[in-house]
Amino acid sequence: MTETESKVIWHMACHVEDIPEDGGGCAFIEGKQIAIFNFARRGEWFATDNECPHRQQMAVARGMIGSQEDEPKVACPFHKKTFSLRSGQCLNDESYKISTFPVMVKENRVYIGL
Amino acid sequence: MNVQSTIRIVVIGNGMVGYKFCEKLIARNKNQDQFSITVFGEEPRAAYDRVHLSAFFAGKSADDLTMAPTEWYAENGIRLFLSDPVVDIDREEKMVRSHHGHIVSYDYLIMATGSGAFVPSIPGVEKDGVFVYRTIEDLELIQSYAKKAKRGAVLGGGLLGLEAAKALLDLGLEEAHVVEFAQRLMPRQIDEAGSRMLQSQLEALGLQIHLNKSTQEITGGECIKGMQFADSSVLDVDMLVISAGIRPRDELAKIAGLETHPRGGIIVDNSLKTSDPNIFAIGECALAHHMIYGLIAPGYEMAEVVVTGLCGGSREFLPFDMSTKLKLIGTDVASFGDAFIEEPACRTIRYENKAKGIYKRINVSADGKQLLGGILVGDAEQYNMLLQTCKGKTILPPDPEDLILGSRGGEEAGAGVMSFPDDALICSCEAVTKGMICHEVGANGHTTMDGIKKCCKAGTGCGGCVPMVKDLIQGVLKEKGVYIRNVVCEHFDHSRQELLDLVKINGLRTYNAVLNEFGKGDGCEVCKPLVASILASLWNENILQKDRAPIQDSNDRYLANIQKGGTYSVVPRIPGGEITPEKLIVIGQVAQRYGLYTKITGGQRIDMFGAHLGDLPSIWEELIDAGFESGHAYGKSLRTVKSCVGSTWCRFGVQDSVSFAIEVEDRYKGLRSPHKLKSAVSGCVRECAEAQSKDFGIIATEKGWNLYVCGNGGSKPQHAQLIATDVDKETCIRLIDRFLMFYIKTADPLTRTATWLNKMEGGINYLKAVVVDDVLGIGAELEREIQMLIDVYQCEWKEVVESPELRKRFSHFVNVPIKDPSIQFEPMRSQKRVKEWS
Ligand code: SRM
Ligand SMILES: Cc1cc2nc3c(=O)[nH]c(=O)nc-3n(C[C@H](O)[C@H](O)[C@H](O)COP(=O)(O)OP(=O)(O)OC[C@H]3O[C@@H](n4cnc5c(N)ncnc54)[C@H](O)[C@@H]3O)c2cc1C
Ligand code: SF4
Ligand code: FES
Repeated sequence: MTETESKVIWHMACHVEDIPEDGGGCAFIEGKQIAIFNFARRGEWFATDNECPHRQQMAVARGMIGSQEDEPKVACPFHKKTFSLRSGQCLNDESYKISTFPVMVKENRVYIGL
Repeated sequence: MNVQSTIRIVVIGNGMVGYKFCEKLIARNKNQDQFSITVFGEEPRAAYDRVHLSAFFAGKSADDLTMAPTEWYAENGIRLFLSDPVVDIDREEKMVRSHHGHIVSYDYLIMATGSGAFVPSIPGVEKDGVFVYRTIEDLELIQSYAKKAKRGAVLGGGLLGLEAAKALLDLGLEEAHVVEFAQRLMPRQIDEAGSRMLQSQLEALGLQIHLNKSTQEITGGECIKGMQFADSSVLDVDMLVISAGIRPRDELAKIAGLETHPRGGIIVDNSLKTSDPNIFAIGECALAHHMIYGLIAPGYEMAEVVVTGLCGGSREFLPFDMSTKLKLIGTDVASFGDAFIEEPACRTIRYENKAKGIYKRINVSADGKQLLGGILVGDAEQYNMLLQTCKGKTILPPDPEDLILGSRGGEEAGAGVMSFPDDALICSCEAVTKGMICHEVGANGHTTMDGIKKCCKAGTGCGGCVPMVKDLIQGVLKEKGVYIRNVVCEHFDHSRQELLDLVKINGLRTYNAVLNEFGKGDGCEVCKPLVASILASLWNENILQKDRAPIQDSNDRYLANIQKGGTYSVVPRIPGGEITPEKLIVIGQVAQRYGLYTKITGGQRIDMFGAHLGDLPSIWEELIDAGFESGHAYGKSLRTVKSCVGSTWCRFGVQDSVSFAIEVEDRYKGLRSPHKLKSAVSGCVRECAEAQSKDFGIIATEKGWNLYVCGNGGSKPQHAQLIATDVDKETCIRLIDRFLMFYIKTADPLTRTATWLNKMEGGINYLKAVVVDDVLGIGAELEREIQMLIDVYQCEWKEVVESPELRKRFSHFVNVPIKDPSIQFEPMRSQKRVKEWS
């Protein structure tokens, strides 16, 4: 944990209320589109690529989140490829993967580590 | 000598069978060091699913088709050389040499070089615009050439040729021709009568068929211009796909001095050994039992035989069943077992229905006990069942014609797949028997299709057995006395109907309340929209309020249909298809202002495409100001009520269909249901509004209105059925009220009314009894419930436009006020379209 923290640079992305509870939103950070999820049911935050590797659609942030067994996941709205929010691994098609990023919430602000 | 030394395997060819060989060997080489595997492939990419190659034109990418990503090979310690064919085999030294100069020694060499398209030596075959149909590269070439071509032909009317011809049509060619040398199509698989039926079906699809044609020359300059036939007729085409059969790739085997057949193929024995005991040949390059098996299932079986042998077991490759099913969209064709055997060696039962384009033939043994083979054209739903009955030598029911006609008592014929013996082969690609599947379901608890695919691979090859595997799962569960309910997903142990009742009785109005009360875990993309739909059907509150926005399906979430590239479409309601010039002008102005592509839809209204997410609220604000409402084109809810012009203008009209259509559309707009709802009202029996293809359709009569229900267009069209005759408007509306509410309360999720009816016990008679005769005594309650929903209707776009809180969610980025910079458009016919995805 401390190791990653020393490497990443934190970028302020938005305020907590900008992301709907149990939903997602997309932030533009350093020219990159990052999907941010407020998984209120689990009290956790996640961040991933906004681009879905299946058809290169910029829409992961608009997907529904949920869980498969205990793995938190998001489903791309286009063709419902689902990705683990922890590892980014696609859960219904091994060949796809998205990047995930650390999230820090402080004083009502959401920071993403790139 | 070291006893435990590693056995070096070299595989030449990374096609489907070469890959399957590796997969099977790895599965049994768990300790990793028993075998070392090197694979040489000539194609630039790792093995992919050639059987479903045509899906490439339907939008599947090369990635979608791969058997396993290149990392798989690395992870399993396989050295994979792509774009690097083997050019020489030194059998003395047991070494192969590749094109790039890699020299690798082997203990055993596996030839899996497959076959190539056979190209007859017709003068002119080398011209531009002449293609074969075998690899992804071939398809890429065809796809790009087709863009500038108008007329295409396929040489060869066999299984592959027809698939290729349909692909040409789908690529948008104006004409697609099939040129066949024989007197009929698919002469090797189906009989004369079947061929003729198939031909008329294909002609209906738009293919032009030319039989008895021997091609003498391909004409043109650099590029093909036409074909010249022996009977001196000509056919003008600007592209040609040759599909005249396959030729085994045995050229390398020949160089190496292995025994090959004069007509092609590496000769192998029952253990797939070639004339060199250290070299095996498998798949389409191997000639076993005097034939080339040009199908995937026998290829996989060959891989299994060799792997078993290498691992110290013994297994023989036996003559393999060559039954096939053509995967042409829109036509079913199958043949199995001994399709051609004639009386008196058997009893033949034929069924032919020209109007529906169906031909079925089964050949039953003379004693009536066994099925020997058959042919299906136009409807091959029973293919798997018949194939297994044939292969498994199952004793037939007393009236074998039931097998193809269904027993006409309405009950299912025979006991279905559960009556097969345990050793009946269900998945022939992966050699999985009925016994194995039942064991996985019963003893190991794999009760989903995905589970079965993972644990025993059944259904992962050609996919033809999937329906039967599903039946087996259900059958085993039923036998075990498990009451099968269609439970929603891992988070809810209830069916949709049960959940709807529970939500209603408990008055729940948010997703979290429902999940806390009746579910577990965090929900998912299956149960969220389902609960959203239930909540909307029960209370009709704005779907984006409370915690409901993030549980909506993609389209409902932003009250618009998401499209390629991530833009949205805007469809205002135009009840009955009637619109004033003023409103038309507003639509034009809005589309101009926001740069939208406009099109008249198939539902008698106008769709504006290509709207940025952030523009949606202002677009709707302008439309609402002009008096428009949401058309719910995005929702599982009422779409359009189409109308014909009716008695107001039409000389035949007997009632005012437009007014009634508008009334009906206004009544049910915004009503959310298990699936979308469509309707239409026609002004007389000529039926110009196509009411009989709708979920509920109304047709005017001299005396009143006829009401039809449960029709469907789409992929499985079905005519609606009459439930009331000559009723007045009020009665008609009352019956629709009951019908719709009954559907909303009892249908499975995403089930259109037609499918709902098809699954209903008692069918249309029962439905009619409930809706018209009110046998359940729930009529008044249904009417009350739907009236409540109608009373609280509000245009949901209006609510969004007026709520700053909801409006805020309509932006691509949460931190900067810009649109998605990755969206790109290109011009088309003086409008624009979004860039094609790769
Ligand atoms: C726009 C339109 C095509 C057009 O340009 O004409 C259209 C467009 C779509 N149709 Fe359709 N359908 C359109 C009329 C039809 C019709 C004709 C009709 O309604 O008279 C049918 C056959 C009638 C029927 O449904 O019974 C039709 C049968 C389908 C089906 C197959 C339904 C089925 O039961 O088999 C789907 C797929 C689905 O819903 O699962 C579908 C799905 C779709 C979707 C929503 C696909 C999607 O999820 O993206 C398309 C949305 C395009 C977009 O981005 O806006 N569309 N679609 C038509 C809009 C009508 C409207 O004004 O609302
Ligand atoms: C469009 C299409 C549709 C089909 N539909 C069906 C169907 O519905 N049902 C069915 O059962 N079958 C179908 N088939 C047939 C099926 O695809 C083949 O039976 C199967 O692919 C054979 O596998 P294989 O590994 O033997 O050969 P292939 O898949 O052809 O693989 C052989 C590979 O070896 C490579 N190679 C050749 N020589 C060398 C060399 N010297 N060095 C290195 N590599 C070499 C080739 O480039 C090729 O990649 C279809 C085929 C096509 C083309
Ligand atoms: S038929 Fe309907 S779903 Fe299919 S492409 Fe056309 S609009 Fe889309
Ligand atoms: S683009 Fe994401 S699933 Fe297809």
